[in-house]
Amino acid sequence: MLKIRDLQKSYVSAGQTVQVLKGVSLDLAGAETLALTGESGSGKSTLLHLAAGLDVVDAGDVFVGETNVGKLNEAGRAHLRRDVVGVIFQQFNLIPSLTVEANIAFHARLAGKYDADWCKRLADRIGLTEQLGKYPEQLSGGQQQRVAIARTLAAKPALVLADEPTGNLDEETAAQVIALMLELVSETGAALLMVTHSSALAAMLDRRLHLRAGQVA
Amino acid sequence: MRRQALIALLSYWRRNWLQFFTLLAGLALATALWSGVQAINAEARASYDAAAATLGEGQYTQITANNGLPIAVEDYVALRRVGWLVSPVVEGRLDGVRLIGVEPLTAPQGIGTTALSIEAELPSEPTLWVSSGVSVDGVTTVETPELAPNTAIGDIGLVSDLLGAQGISRLLVLSDQPVRQPPLESVVQGLNVQTPQGGSDIGRLTDSFHLNLTAFGFLSFVVGIFIVNGAVGLAFEQRRPLVRTLRALGVPLRTVIAIMAAEMAVLSLLGGVIGVVIGYFIAAALLPDVAATLQGLYGADVGGTLAIRPVWWLSGLGIALLGGMAASASALWKLSRMPLLAGAQPRAWSMQAGRGRVIQTIAGLFMLAAAGIFALIADGLVTGFALLGTLLLGAALLLPMVLNAALALGQRLAKGPVWEWFWADTRQQLPGLSLALAALLLAMAANIGVSTMVSSFRQTFVGFLDQRLAAELYVTARDEEDAVALEQFLAGKVESVLPIEQIDVEANGLPAELYGPIDDRTYRDNWRFLSQVPQMWDIVQAGEGVAINEQLSYRGDLQLGDMLELPGITLPVVGIYGDYGNPIGQVIIGREVFKELYPDSQALRYGVRVLPEDVAALTDQLVSEYGLPEANVINQAGIKAYSLDIFERTFTVTGALNWLTLGVAGFAILMSLLTLSGMRIPQLAPLWALGLTRGRLERLEILRTVMLTAWTFVFALPLGLALAWVLLAVVNVAAFGWRLPMFVFPTSYVFLLVQALIAAGAAALWPALKLGRTPTSHLLKVFANER
Repeated sequence: MLKIRDLQKSYVSAGQTVQVLKGVSLDLAGAETLALTGESGSGKSTLLHLAAGLDVVDAGDVFVGETNVGKLNEAGRAHLRRDVVGVIFQQFNLIPSLTVEANIAFHARLAGKYDADWCKRLADRIGLTEQLGKYPEQLSGGQQQRVAIARTLAAKPALVLADEPTGNLDEETAAQVIALMLELVSETGAALLMVTHSSALAAMLDRRLHLRAGQVA
Repeated sequence: MRRQALIALLSYWRRNWLQFFTLLAGLALATALWSGVQAINAEARASYDAAAATLGEGQYTQITANNGLPIAVEDYVALRRVGWLVSPVVEGRLDGVRLIGVEPLTAPQGIGTTALSIEAELPSEPTLWVSSGVSVDGVTTVETPELAPNTAIGDIGLVSDLLGAQGISRLLVLSDQPVRQPPLESVVQGLNVQTPQGGSDIGRLTDSFHLNLTAFGFLSFVVGIFIVNGAVGLAFEQRRPLVRTLRALGVPLRTVIAIMAAEMAVLSLLGGVIGVVIGYFIAAALLPDVAATLQGLYGADVGGTLAIRPVWWLSGLGIALLGGMAASASALWKLSRMPLLAGAQPRAWSMQAGRGRVIQTIAGLFMLAAAGIFALIADGLVTGFALLGTLLLGAALLLPMVLNAALALGQRLAKGPVWEWFWADTRQQLPGLSLALAALLLAMAANIGVSTMVSSFRQTFVGFLDQRLAAELYVTARDEEDAVALEQFLAGKVESVLPIEQIDVEANGLPAELYGPIDDRTYRDNWRFLSQVPQMWDIVQAGEGVAINEQLSYRGDLQLGDMLELPGITLPVVGIYGDYGNPIGQVIIGREVFKELYPDSQALRYGVRVLPEDVAALTDQLVSEYGLPEANVINQAGIKAYSLDIFERTFTVTGALNWLTLGVAGFAILMSLLTLSGMRIPQLAPLWALGLTRGRLERLEILRTVMLTAWTFVFALPLGLALAWVLLAVVNVAAFGWRLPMFVFPTSYVFLLVQALIAAGAAALWPALKLGRTPTSHLLKVFANER
């Protein structure tokens, strides 16, 4: 589902070029789950952003399915994010002006894959059926992240990319959220690439890949 | 400690220069239009005072002739001989310059110029003392800054020669008079004594004009303060974490508030100084038009150049300080109530709206209720402007509620996730934009209201001119003998000759012009009356009734059937006519009664009825055959063009202020959007991450502003029409004494809407492009919690 070859990326920071990724390669099959771990600044989030088409590669290839993400223009990358990939962020990044229900349905409706029953089931599974009319600011962090997971899975993406999805949550809540996410991902048959600092959480996934200073360790 | 706290608080502006600029620009713009208007008013008032000092207006009792003609020198001598201490004044215009001749030996001290006083050594050659920029051919002139603008003053003999005057224009009655003095009528017939009313007559006459300007200046000030309030609110909100940190580090809350208040005071004064400088240039640009207006409407001479007077620049700084402190009062109050452990994260404005919106709506409804009460009782300028103020403020307060309801409707009707988000998100942005939109509402409503008033006035005025200027030609004789000869010359050559003869009188104790027109079909066919009894003209010409203008009817509270007391006669009012553009009352009585009351009066001006195709030939005959100067023969079209020119000039200033206010409101939107654009990235980045392109988000951002402007216009239209009604039915009646019919001008409203939409689109373009060009790395920071 995801094939990355010799991926390189650098940023200019304070007038200096910082090489963040120095030739990373990895493969992720359909329905497989992979934890990407590493120290801060090792390039985990950058790799995930490149895979989602949120940023542009300097060198190397990123294939999502048969699509070479590096060859896409902005509209193509937007199309990829809308239809093929689902991204879950550490900050939840829900849309504050929409209700929980509208947030869950939003991505699916954008992608033209809205399925009311599936959305209802998702709401039920994340335990927020009673909260559907509320706004994100009225929910706890754990509840918001569950909404973010439901929003992503409502669109039934082939590839789920999660960037430290439990970084803002306590250990117990984090474990519950990841367990729920894995269950739901498994139900949809999507592949999952999750960036995390936590070895415990990483152990819950099929495989684990460690990045160190922009390279696979 | 204070210094460190100050440095920390000020460091915010270094990193948020755009907010700093917005704040200063808001203060400067608010002050600019206010101080510009104050500068114009101060200049005009200084000119009136100078004129009053020069001419003795409002200070000395004066004697004038009943028939409006010059006073004979013999009459003056007769008065002096019996002990009346009077001083002659000759007055007239030469090439547009007001020439005043005084008699230095008898003139009261302080009249004219000290150079002309009895103590001064008069120059041997003919000399005129003139105000700046005035010159008179063939005479030595001495520039004298203390003189009223466009004025020349000199010895009475010299001025009489220059003007070709046959007598004395008026006599000034000195303050100290002998204890025993024979009554005026026993010495000379046909003269009347006018007692001073204090202050300058012109000053009183033009009060309403200046009040209008001040109201516009204040409206612009309020619009500018809205910008300031928005910028201050955001700055205080975003400094909440810093305030919390400072307090946690031991800086007392009182010190923080004192520092922030002082910071605001300094910024207000800085913005005020910039505003006063801009205001000076605005005033300098507008003053020539104001001077032309005041000259045309009231005959008041106002200098065309601007002096830097402390009264307006101090008032500019004062109001900037007041406005700045008022704009920051609520933010400082909130700060004083903030618990130490209040959330360190700055909250978006949109989250604060709930309770505040309810209070705002109640306040708005209260204001509109007050406006309703004022509408019922308003009968003067003060209550009229109170009505305007409560109406505008109430509407501005209610705007967020109305827009929120409209957006909620849009949200309910929206199809598709993007449009649902668009409406919901717009509702959420509303509190952050509502001040700018309220400013836009006021500016658009003022534009609609004032343009409706001016256009209604223009339409009525053009129709009125067509009625009143029915004669094809207007001629002016050079003197009384010439007038008799002119009448004889015209007899038989034309359809009719209409003498235009006017006497200044007091009607029911109010100043008025008395006319005694001949009985002619011109009047019967063309004059339109607001109210009249049947056979009105027959009754007037029979000497059994009078017709009065609307101004006199309003000021004297006179209706049909009421009795009007004139010198020597009291008659019932049988007709009331519209008389637009005339500042004072007018009375028409029958020709025979007029001649009985004023047998010595002789018309100098005539309306001439002649076939339109004969106008050119008659004009030629009057000039070449009769020898009348060309300037004394004016055709109807010429007078109409002149009258319309005065009309257009009158509203040039109002129009300019109108558009400046709209410009300030456009700037308010731009600044609000720019200020908010930094807060928008975290809100829009998730949409981008979910697959909306930056281009589409850009377009949606522009559409949002344009749509809000359109909704605001929908609200501004009825408000503007209500404003026009208040101006026409309340303020104009109180200010000028006439009520105008109200017309609506849909094309001009559509034109305003298009302009507002273009301006809003342009204002939204920059922030939208800025957003669209946000580097990917900045957008990604939203997801990495590095912001």
